[in-house]
Amino acid sequence: MSLLRAIYRQPSFKLALALVAIFLFFVVAVGAHEALNIHSSNRQVLSRLQAEGVSPAEAQKDPSLLDAWSEGYWASVRFLGRPNLEMIARHTTIVGIAALGMTLVIIAGGIDLSVGSIIALSSVAIAWLLQYAGAGPWTAVLGGIAAAAFCGMVSGLLITWLRVVPFIVTLGMLLIVRGAAKGIAREQKIDVDMDRLVWLDDLLASVPKDRSWMLVPLGVWILIVMAVTVALMLRYTRLGRHIFAVGSNEETARLCGVAVDRVKVAVFALCAAFAGLAGVMQFSYLSVGDPTGATGLELNVIAAVVIGGGSLSGGEGSILGTVVGALIMTVIDTGCGQMGLPNWVQEIIMGVIIIVAVALDRLRHRRSA
Amino acid sequence: MVERIDPGKSDLRLQMRGVCKRFGATVALDDVGVEVAPGRVLALVGENGAGKSTLMKVLSGAIKPDAGEMRLDGQSYRPGNPLEARRVGVAMIYQEFSLTPHLSVEENIMLGMEPAILGVVRWKEVRRRSIEAIKEFDNPELTPDARVSKLSVGSQQLVEIARALAIGCRVLVLDEPTSSLTRGDVERLFEIIGRLKEQGKAIVYISHFIEEVKRVADEVTVLRDGRVVGNSIVASISTDEIIAQMVGRKVEDLYPRSARHPGEVILDVKDLSGVEKPRSASLQLRRGEVLGIAGLIGAGRTELLRSLFGLDPVRSGQIKLGLYAGPASPVRRWAQGAGIISEDRKEEGLALALSISDNVTLSKLRGFGPLGLVLPGRQDRAARRWIHKLGIRCLSPRQPVQSLSGGNQQRVALARLLQHDVDVLLLDEPTRGIDVAAKALIYKLIDELACGHPPKAILMVSSYLPELLGVCDRVAVMCRGRLGPTRNIEDIDEHKLMLEATGQTIRDPAGEVKS
Repeated sequence: MSLLRAIYRQPSFKLALALVAIFLFFVVAVGAHEALNIHSSNRQVLSRLQAEGVSPAEAQKDPSLLDAWSEGYWASVRFLGRPNLEMIARHTTIVGIAALGMTLVIIAGGIDLSVGSIIALSSVAIAWLLQYAGAGPWTAVLGGIAAAAFCGMVSGLLITWLRVVPFIVTLGMLLIVRGAAKGIAREQKIDVDMDRLVWLDDLLASVPKDRSWMLVPLGVWILIVMAVTVALMLRYTRLGRHIFAVGSNEETARLCGVAVDRVKVAVFALCAAFAGLAGVMQFSYLSVGDPTGATGLELNVIAAVVIGGGSLSGGEGSILGTVVGALIMTVIDTGCGQMGLPNWVQEIIMGVIIIVAVALDRLRHRRSA
Repeated sequence: MVERIDPGKSDLRLQMRGVCKRFGATVALDDVGVEVAPGRVLALVGENGAGKSTLMKVLSGAIKPDAGEMRLDGQSYRPGNPLEARRVGVAMIYQEFSLTPHLSVEENIMLGMEPAILGVVRWKEVRRRSIEAIKEFDNPELTPDARVSKLSVGSQQLVEIARALAIGCRVLVLDEPTSSLTRGDVERLFEIIGRLKEQGKAIVYISHFIEEVKRVADEVTVLRDGRVVGNSIVASISTDEIIAQMVGRKVEDLYPRSARHPGEVILDVKDLSGVEKPRSASLQLRRGEVLGIAGLIGAGRTELLRSLFGLDPVRSGQIKLGLYAGPASPVRRWAQGAGIISEDRKEEGLALALSISDNVTLSKLRGFGPLGLVLPGRQDRAARRWIHKLGIRCLSPRQPVQSLSGGNQQRVALARLLQHDVDVLLLDEPTRGIDVAAKALIYKLIDELACGHPPKAILMVSSYLPELLGVCDRVAVMCRGRLGPTRNIEDIDEHKLMLEATGQTIRDPAGEVKS
């Protein structure tokens, strides 16, 4: 009983409940939407037949009429089904992996706006290495991640040496890295020949029938393993405890002999390395190095962390929360998509969710304080 | 001591009578009365924590008194907030200026009361009124369109005064106005105070520096422990008498003192100077002794500890800690066996949102698991030991520090030094803002550490003189960035310390004069 209560008290648990609730809402909504669609198309068919002079009794037997209830039911079942769940997992992977690193930065009291550009740079670097440098897939992947980590290290060093706030430095890096990616790719997408890819294009591909024991594609497993690793790192290593200390109160951390500058550089380098890994996923998904890809993705990444309980003033955040936050965003995205809602409605809903999530989080804080 | 308020006594500008204020169990003000006439300067003096600032907050409407009444020119005066107080003509100038550095002098002077028609500012009127306010000062640096951030500290203060004049203030309160001014600026300020007196303003002048009070004030009111203990005409009272009124308190039997046996010198500082403060400090700290540093707020004591610990840069001078010479970063200082308690527990000393365990173990996250891992369970075990030993009242070691009382928070800060097992403890105001029980525990702990095996060396900064006299073996006084000679506890008393802290000369029993 007390264990149940302890689980219930975890802030991420309530967030997970919210995720389930949102998911179930879309199960019903997608079904209802489908049923309504069928219903209205049936009405159209009936009225057309009546105009043609067919008697109502005859019209009811027309083969193009469908049962709205059963069609709605099957739409709901499809939303609950494995292919849809797998697709949600696949769509969460890119933002989710980048958000792991962003969680570290935000816990340490910083922010990184250059994540989207770094993802693009990483995917371009991989494509370039494969296509023009004749590198194998392993070298290309490591090269992409190393290029990304280097960018993050530069951000970290600039932040600590120049004493400029992370917002400004990473805003600058957003442009610098994007420019560099375009330069490497000569402002074009880099197409990679199929035979050079080897295994690189099926990280996020749907799981084939003969390997259904994998449940989800390799890329999703990488996200899960990384999430567990980072969560353990935050909880059980000195670096993890130091990240929390720096974000909670930088002065205290310095007073206690935490090498604050080193922690910050490490955090930004790690964040960029995860963005680089997200770039690997992006490349694997598209099989193309696109220097203009992932534009604005940093905002989704930050949103995932913030929905997951990360505080932009530092000292708070959790990996589980971040992953759940990223999932919530994908569920809303796919749910709205399957209901055929136009893009602009989806964007408004997403904006509302972000504000509501953070407002609820603040409310919880005020009550506990 | 204070006469009953007579509403017909209209020659008084400001009367405060019977003002009482409690914060929880502590009495900040107890039946305090103050009177100022127009064209007079009243000096308000007292030790740190005597109740001066609380009294001024009552006057400015920032806090409401529990009892008492105030009158302004015979009229009842009950400000609900500082804005209301300003509107009826009671203006405060604090040590920390409330200027907007990016705006010009005239914009600052008229801020919040810009003359305007339908929201459009009448700049000619702004210019006219601000020139009116600053022309008195006759200062070439002070032009209406100068940017405030480009002005010297002295001129910035004049902008504050001009703002007070522009609203037509009747009472002007200056809180420690000279603490950050140069000599020349101080002279100019005194000249301006003289002119304001001629204009019939009533001035309340708060200061630690008795020599300034003697120069600028007409009357002096001394506060001690929230009570008025003296009310005199400045011309008829000596500096010694004022100080005697400020410190007249007996040392309570709160301070255990075992026999101490100072050992080898473990911290040796010669002519240390930082960027601004300290200007010059030399001291020798031995194992097994407690060395106190007395002085006024702003004298540079905190900066001395910070530069010793590598938190503030060192400009010149020598530091030798044990075998290690030269300045070092906080990381190295902890490794060398020194630890510090910050005077600012909330902003610097503790990470308030983190747990007790995290705060206690933050300086040394080693030995809490294999392979350099930090296992929270072992952190909790370490924290529990100190929770038990220091009697920290909490529900669990995972509780965030911000939910603890001040006294318990300070025990957590101290537990960090004990957990790290440092040899040299730098304690900056270790008993600030905590209850008596926690104070007594800290005094006892300091004594145990000084007499322990091996004995520790303790350098302690405090503004509370009885505490220093009760706990320390030797005391040095810091005044305006300079650390005076260390004296044995037997050779000094509160009176002498106060004299030295306020920049007076000290007379040795032998009759020779040291400065």
